[in-house]
Amino acid sequence: MSTRGDSGNHGAFVLRLADSNLVLAQRLGEWIGHAPALEEDLGLANTALDLLGQARLLLTYAGALEGRGRDEDALAYLREEGEYLNCALAEQPNGDFGDTLARQFLFDAWQLPLYERLASSRDPQLAAIAARGVKEARYHLRYSSGWVVRLGDGTAESHGRVQGSLERLWPYTAELFDADDIDRAMQVAGIGVDLGAVRVDWEQTVAAVLAEATLARPGDRPWHWYGKRGEHGEHLGHMLAQMQALQRAHPGARW
Amino acid sequence: MDTAALEERFQARIDADERIEPKDWMPDGYRRALIRQMAQHAHSEIVGMLPEGNWITRAPTLKRKAILMAKVQDEGGHGAYLYGATETLGVTRAALIEELLAGSAKYSSIFNYPTPTWADIGAIGWLVDGAAIMNQIPLCRCSYGPYARAMVRICKEESFHQRQGYDIMLALARGTEAQRRMAQGALDRWWWPALMMFGPPDAESKHSAQSMRWKVKRFTNDELRERFIEFTVPQAEYLGLSIPQGTIDWNEFHEVLRGNGPCNRERLEARRRAHQNGGWVREAALAYAEKHRSGYREAVQ
Ligand SMILES: [Fe+2]
Ligand SMILES: [Fe+2]
Repeated sequence: MSTRGDSGNHGAFVLRLADSNLVLAQRLGEWIGHAPALEEDLGLANTALDLLGQARLLLTYAGALEGRGRDEDALAYLREEGEYLNCALAEQPNGDFGDTLARQFLFDAWQLPLYERLASSRDPQLAAIAARGVKEARYHLRYSSGWVVRLGDGTAESHGRVQGSLERLWPYTAELFDADDIDRAMQVAGIGVDLGAVRVDWEQTVAAVLAEATLARPGDRPWHWYGKRGEHGEHLGHMLAQMQALQRAHPGARW
Repeated sequence: MDTAALEERFQARIDADERIEPKDWMPDGYRRALIRQMAQHAHSEIVGMLPEGNWITRAPTLKRKAILMAKVQDEGGHGAYLYGATETLGVTRAALIEELLAGSAKYSSIFNYPTPTWADIGAIGWLVDGAAIMNQIPLCRCSYGPYARAMVRICKEESFHQRQGYDIMLALARGTEAQRRMAQGALDRWWWPALMMFGPPDAESKHSAQSMRWKVKRFTNDELRERFIEFTVPQAEYLGLSIPQGTIDWNEFHEVLRGNGPCNRERLEARRRAHQNGGWVREAALAYAEKHRSGYREAVQ
């Protein structure tokens, strides 16, 4: 399916998807037990569990593509920050409930059209994972967009808060659509997708939801983050230090 | 019919093992006792999310992380389900939660102990969910229908949790020296508090006799405690861990109950913080629902 030179790209492409899911699941996991209402503890846990499940499948697959015997845990727990290829949006701190749901909405609105296209990837493994992910992503988007609408069109306070969340998070959405060599090579090979087309869908969803939420679309600004190339801000290192603590403290132990 | 006759008929139904349903007549004392017990149970599920939630971000493998997240989510679901069942007795979940946050409602003292190591997550599943099952299986035949039905559903998930907790302990017991020490440390920490979960000795138990008559309770505290010990000791032997020697320190039990356990303050503060920080979110949801009730749009346009 892929030429020799593409196999590195292929692995990195899968790893990007895996890491974005894993990192966002880890963030959502911080909420469980501390949400504004019991239903939201359950809702955030649902999304977190789905994303974690997808991350595990994708990591296992990325490990197989790499062919060096690394399993999901070796990839999750024994890679350094610079080797993580998640989008920077996923690693942004939880902030308040509005920040978390705005982050989730911007992410879900991207992941759904991405998975819809990946479901017909020429890579059958990836296509199968994406096809399963489509159903989950659609549900996540319903949950997150529902909250963006309620917060946007709720009280003056909630409106102001969630508008601020969107402004802060907006710059991190740019890399989602900024195709680089890996994205282009995968698209040419029929494995990846046209990110421009994903963007059209994303813009449509975002416009519709923000209109219903009476929120304004933030302006595009220059951005500095390429999480998918391993260039991260200051947050990911702390997250990994916490997530990987036991594996690092007990090398080789089985759990 | 006068109250004495109603009460007699009520007791006759209980004696005949009939289920009492929300619309049936019931003595005030029965209603109050059930509200107290069911609310306490619901609160325990919610507060119980905290000590285990403490390890979600640090679970040592992705599989363990997924299992733990699902478990903590289950406990939240149990809480929601039990609050719902309690509401059939004429109270609201919001009022019950207010009582919890005000510090005037009780929850299981076990969750006032800390989880300093990963092994504590194993020990909680194995011992705490294990003890909860011992307590709760008889409740599946409790005389109050909604509670009994809730317990059937909950017990299935708790036994899952118990097995998963034991599996964590097994991996640790078969692991490195440091992991075995971690497992033994957690057993040492959780053994006595787990035994206290069955409540004070029968001789001191305030509510027992009436609860037995009403079939809200079917075995005494000491009976259930003994059964738990019989069940658990061989499991510890299989792990190669040793059960702590000694006797229950009832003084500790009463102190934790009085609010002087290691984490009482942290647990309540965490619940209060979540509630306070979520205030603007709940207000927004209410305001939104209010605005979008049919007719509002037309009215303001
Ligand atoms: Fe539970
Ligand atoms: Fe449980």
